[in-house]
Amino acid sequence: MQTTTYENLLRETVLMDDRFIVMTAENRASIRGLVACLGDRFIDVGIAEQALVGMAAGMALRGRIPVVHALAAFLTMRAFEFIRTDVGISGLPVKLIGGVPGLLSTANGPTHQAIEDVALMRGIPGMHVFCPADEQDLLIGLPHVLANPAPVYLRFNDRPSVIRHDRSFAIGKAEILSRGADVTIVTYGTLFTEACEAQSLLETAGLSVGLINLRMLNPVDKDAILQAATDTSLLVTLEDHFLIGGLFSIVSELLIAHRLPARFLPIGFDRKWFRPGPLPDVIEHEGLSGAQIKTKILEEWEHYAEYRPVQ
Amino acid sequence: MMKTIAWTEADIETLRDAALEVRRQVLRMARRGGCFVGSAFSCADILVYLYTSFLRVYPNRPNDTNRDYFFLSKGHAVPALYATLGEAGFFEPVRLMNHLQIQDDVYWHPNRALPGVEFHAGSLGHLLSVGAGVAMDCKRTGQRNRVVVLSGDGELNEGSMWEAFLISAAYRLDNLIIIIDRNRFQANRGTEELIPLEPLAAKLKTFGLSVCTVDGHDFRAMAEAFTGFPAALGKPTVVLANTVRGKGLTSIEHRVDRWFCAIDDEELERLMRELDEQQEGANRADHDV
Repeated sequence: MQTTTYENLLRETVLMDDRFIVMTAENRASIRGLVACLGDRFIDVGIAEQALVGMAAGMALRGRIPVVHALAAFLTMRAFEFIRTDVGISGLPVKLIGGVPGLLSTANGPTHQAIEDVALMRGIPGMHVFCPADEQDLLIGLPHVLANPAPVYLRFNDRPSVIRHDRSFAIGKAEILSRGADVTIVTYGTLFTEACEAQSLLETAGLSVGLINLRMLNPVDKDAILQAATDTSLLVTLEDHFLIGGLFSIVSELLIAHRLPARFLPIGFDRKWFRPGPLPDVIEHEGLSGAQIKTKILEEWEHYAEYRPVQ
Repeated sequence: MMKTIAWTEADIETLRDAALEVRRQVLRMARRGGCFVGSAFSCADILVYLYTSFLRVYPNRPNDTNRDYFFLSKGHAVPALYATLGEAGFFEPVRLMNHLQIQDDVYWHPNRALPGVEFHAGSLGHLLSVGAGVAMDCKRTGQRNRVVVLSGDGELNEGSMWEAFLISAAYRLDNLIIIIDRNRFQANRGTEELIPLEPLAAKLKTFGLSVCTVDGHDFRAMAEAFTGFPAALGKPTVVLANTVRGKGLTSIEHRVDRWFCAIDDEELERLMRELDEQQEGANRADHDV
């Protein structure tokens, strides 16, 4: 559907604006092709995430905009304090690109599972968090988060797109794909594909189902979430992240802050890591395929049927 | 830079006087809520040397693009930096009367609210990476700015320091100087009693750095060490500065329990007298040579 790739878009951006520097802690998967064309604006510091982030802060002090690549787990956890202290305290425009976050670590096992990354990054004052739904969504949002002066954590996701996304993008704005009277699925990142499947299956089963791709988790689109909580009978959050600190927490915080009661089904990892394996197998094993999500939502729907207001 | 080798006794006395004033200011801050006097005193002479004789900095234009960068990585020594910046004219020294006052930013760790402070510090093992990033960008763009990072020796316990040493050497950052304030103390114990660093110079050399050892209280020795910078083309320079924690006050030198000092008026007066006496002694000894 899209004609370019992350690597190409980043190359164009960097070549057009000499403030940009591409940095990595020897994680070149998404930027391998940039080595030859960027010269000394491609900096690989080796397997040293802490120094990577510290050096990026130093580059930013010189007016550069470092686009920093490392595996999401090591970037957000090994280097957490460097992100918080060197980048966060001064709000330096460092762009942190976390590779293979969430389910995308597939068969690597728990060491590589960044499923608390959103919790960590959104806790840093001023840190933007962008979690694209797929490759197309990534490419739509990338120019915006690179152009914005705030530091950003980008939860890298280049899964193939299953829909055509809204090309308009704004910091802190969700993409509202549809509204539903019965159920609204609020999601971000990796599981967007499965959310689309679940929505379609639920519609077939006769429910009116809304779907929100949040895009950004910080700042988050409060209005979109509150609207969904008000308009819909059952609010579902879907994420490949620990429930603690992720979207479940964000929505809980919002509902409490606005004294809004809502029937609420959180789907994510509840204090456990996931079984490693090929992506489709992991998704199936963890009950996160479109069909399995549909079943979970339908069960919740039936279970609480007696409380449902007559419409 | 001054013609350092030609420094006269008078030049040296001027530097000593500046360092004495820095130490006095630190004690005044210790009177106003306490501060890390020992750590500040061990690097006071280094800071005075750098700001009077080495760094190309412009107090009226602290963000001048041609300036040299100084990063204090051992952040708790900041009273000495504040006092040095005040002496150098980055702000009015009277501002240091605001030490620990909630409405100002003269607190226990460096922060950029004070003109001349390039970056905040406090968490150890950070500013060598930050400095290396700055040095890399200066080098990459052909700028002549030099970057000086002052680190503690206890700080070398942090793994991130060694990451940054390796990377600085790999990228041949010969515009980067790392001064290690080798006072042989960390918070509670001597460095060699806890996690021994020695043989430190040899370790750093094998990391690909150019290492020189200097007396961090001897202005002439420092001038000689820094005049030759960069000591080796293509290599970052490490200046291993042997220092004494609490230098200038025999009553607190080497004392583990004086890591942090909060003093009252009476002690301030006594320590001020002691500072002056030691200074006079040092100057007299020089004249007698």
